Amino acid sequence: MSAITLRNVSKRFGDVVIIPGLDLDIRDGEFVVFVGPSGCGKSTLLRLIAGLEDVSGGAISIDGRDVTETPPARRGLAMVFQSYALYPHMSVGANIAFPLKMAGMDKAQIEKKVQGAAATLNLTDYLHRKPRELSGGQRQRVAIGRAIVREPNGFLFDEPLSNLDAALRVNMRLEISELHQQLKTTMIYVTHDQVEAMTMADKIVVLNRGRVEQVGSPLELYEHPDNLFVAGFIGSPKMNLVTGPFAERNGARTVGIRPEHLLIDRSGGELTGTAGVSEHLGSDTFIHIRLDDGQSLTARAPGEFRLNHGERVGLTPEAGRLHRFDEKGAAIR
Amino acid sequence: MATLHTKSAARAMMAPAVIALFVWMIVPLALTLWFSTLRYSFYGIDTPFVGFENYTYFLTDPRFLSAFQNTLILVLGVLFVTVVGGTLIALLLDQAFFGQSAVRLLVLAPFFVMPTVAALVWKNMMMNPVYGVISQVLAALGLPPVDWLNNYPLLSIIIIVAWQWLPFATLILLTSLQSLSEDQKEAAEMDGAGPLSIFFYITLPHMKRAITVVILIQTIFILSIYAEIFVTTGGGTSSSNLTFFIATLIQLDGDVGTASAGGIVAVILANIVSIFLVRLVGKNLEA
Ligand SMILES: Nc1ncnc2c1ncn2[C@@H]1O[C@H](COP(=O)(O)OP(=O)(O)O)[C@@H](O)[C@H]1O
Ligand SMILES: [Mg+2]
Repeated sequence: MSAITLRNVSKRFGDVVIIPGLDLDIRDGEFVVFVGPSGCGKSTLLRLIAGLEDVSGGAISIDGRDVTETPPARRGLAMVFQSYALYPHMSVGANIAFPLKMAGMDKAQIEKKVQGAAATLNLTDYLHRKPRELSGGQRQRVAIGRAIVREPNGFLFDEPLSNLDAALRVNMRLEISELHQQLKTTMIYVTHDQVEAMTMADKIVVLNRGRVEQVGSPLELYEHPDNLFVAGFIGSPKMNLVTGPFAERNGARTVGIRPEHLLIDRSGGELTGTAGVSEHLGSDTFIHIRLDDGQSLTARAPGEFRLNHGERVGLTPEAGRLHRFDEKGAAIR
Repeated sequence: MATLHTKSAARAMMAPAVIALFVWMIVPLALTLWFSTLRYSFYGIDTPFVGFENYTYFLTDPRFLSAFQNTLILVLGVLFVTVVGGTLIALLLDQAFFGQSAVRLLVLAPFFVMPTVAALVWKNMMMNPVYGVISQVLAALGLPPVDWLNNYPLLSIIIIVAWQWLPFATLILLTSLQSLSEDQKEAAEMDGAGPLSIFFYITLPHMKRAITVVILIQTIFILSIYAEIFVTTGGGTSSSNLTFFIATLIQLDGDVGTASAGGIVAVILANIVSIFLVRLVGKNLEA
C-alpha cells in the first residue's frame, strides 16, 4: 500500500532539461499509466520514482515519507524492466528468489514464496531453467515474479510488453490487470501505446516533452481532452482535426471529431468530400475522405460499409461530439 | 556449411593452412622424439640409440623436480595476480572519470614492452637493492632494502611477468565488464543488493567467460617464459622453469638427447595441464 506524491520534480542531464518541473499525486492502489511519445521522458520519470536517477530538483514522497534521498532498495518499490533484466546465469527459481535472498530471508521461507509466485504465474515447471531457455512471455512472467515475491508497496513497469508479439501482448495485458485486481497494490505503468493505456489504467498521465499534458481516467481523456496534443494522442484511429471555415462556424480555431462520431451520407452533409481508400476490418470500416478544401479525414462506419473510391460523400458530426480548440491548442469548454 | 558442395569447398580452402600447420608441428615433434632416444651430445662423436635412457636421466635429475615446481608456482602466481588485479583495475577503469581514455591507454603500455626490456628495467631500475626504486621507497619509509633477485628470485619473476600480463587481463576483463547491461545492475540494486552483492552475484558470473579466456591464453604463454629468467636471475634451481631447465641442458651440458627427452616430457605435462584447465574452466566457454 502506498500513495506516491511528486512535488515540482525536475530532471536535467547536463544542460538538457528532460523534465522541467512536475507535480503528480498517485493514490494508494491506483493503476497509473504514463503515456506519451518516445523520448518524452516517461522512463526518466519512472526511474526518478524508483530512485535509479537522482532528481535535479523537487521532492518525491511515498506514504507521506520523503524518499527523495532514499536509495532504490529502501523505497519499497519493485520494477519490471523493458529488457526484463533477468540474471542470465541464474535459474528461474534463483532469479525469483534473489530479492528475498538479499533481504536475508531463511531458505525454507524463500522456497515457499518462490513456489507461490511460480504457481501464480504458471512457472512451476520452469523453475530450473535458465532465462535463455524461456520464451519472451515466460521471461516477462519471471520478471514479474521477481517483483511480486518481495510484496512491494508499489510496482513500476517500464514498457514491459513492447518486446512481445501482438497476440501475447493482449494476453499479458490482461494478466497484469488481473494481477492488479488480486494484489490491489499501486502500479505505475509506462507505455507509448495509447491502447495499453486506455485498456489498463485507472488513471492516465499524458506526458509530452517532460510536461504533464493531462491527467484523468481513460474516458475523461477520450471525452474531454484538454488540448490538441491529448486529443491527437488518445484514440485510435486518431481524432480528425479540422481547421478553416467549418471550425470558425463552430467558434474555434480547430475542431476535433473522432472518426466514430462522423455520420456518412451520400446525399450530403456539413462537410463534403471525395471518398478515398476504405479499410474493411469486418467489424468496422475505416474510410479515408478528402474534403473539398484538401483536408483529410477518417470516418468509421460500424460493420461493412461499401463506398467506391472517388465517390462523393457528405459528413455530419454527431451532435455534442465536437471538440473545439483555440489558437493555443487548448480546449474551449 | 549448408550443402555437400559448400562443405567440400570449405575443406579444400582450409587444406593448405591445415597441412602447413600440421607439418610445422609434426616435423619438430618427430625430430625431438628421435633425438630423445639417442645419446646425442655436442661433445660426443657418435649418436648411438639408447632407448629410454635419456628419459631416466631427465626425470631423476634433481633439477627437474624444482623446475617443475617453479613452473607451477610461476603459472599459478601470475594467473592469480593478473586475474585479481586485472578485475580490480577493470572495475576502476569502468567508472567514468576525467582523463579516462588517456589512463586506459597508459594501463595498456606494459603489454607493448618486449619481455627482455621489461625484465632489464625491473632488474636495474626497480629491484636493485642499492639504487632501485623499490629500495628507495622502502628507505624513505625507514625500512631496510630488499635484495629481490637474490633473496626472492621466483617472486621477483612472478612480479615482472604479472606486470607484463596485467594489461592483457585488464583489457579482456574491462571489455567484458562493459558488456554487462546496466539494467541487470539496476535490477539487482532495486532487489536490495549492495555493491559487494552486485559484484559477486551479478558482475563476477558475467565475467566468468572472460576470466576463462584470460586463464587459458596466459597459461599457454607463461608455461614458456624464458627471457625474464635469463635476464634477471640467469636460472638456477630456485628460479628455472621447465623451459629454462631444458634450454640449460643444451647450453651448459651440451646434451641434446636429454634435452629432447625433457622437451617431450614438457609437451606431455603441458597437455595434462591444458586438459585439466579445459575440463575445469572450458565448460564456461559453452554458450
Ligand atoms: N542518462 C541520460 N543521459 C542523457 N540523456 C538522457 C539519459 N537518459 C535519457 N536521456 C534523454 O532523455 C529523454 C527522455 O528519455 P526517456 O525517459 O528514456 O524517454 P521515453 O522513455 O519517454 O521514451 C531522451 O531525449 C533521452 O535522450
Ligand atoms: Mg522509455
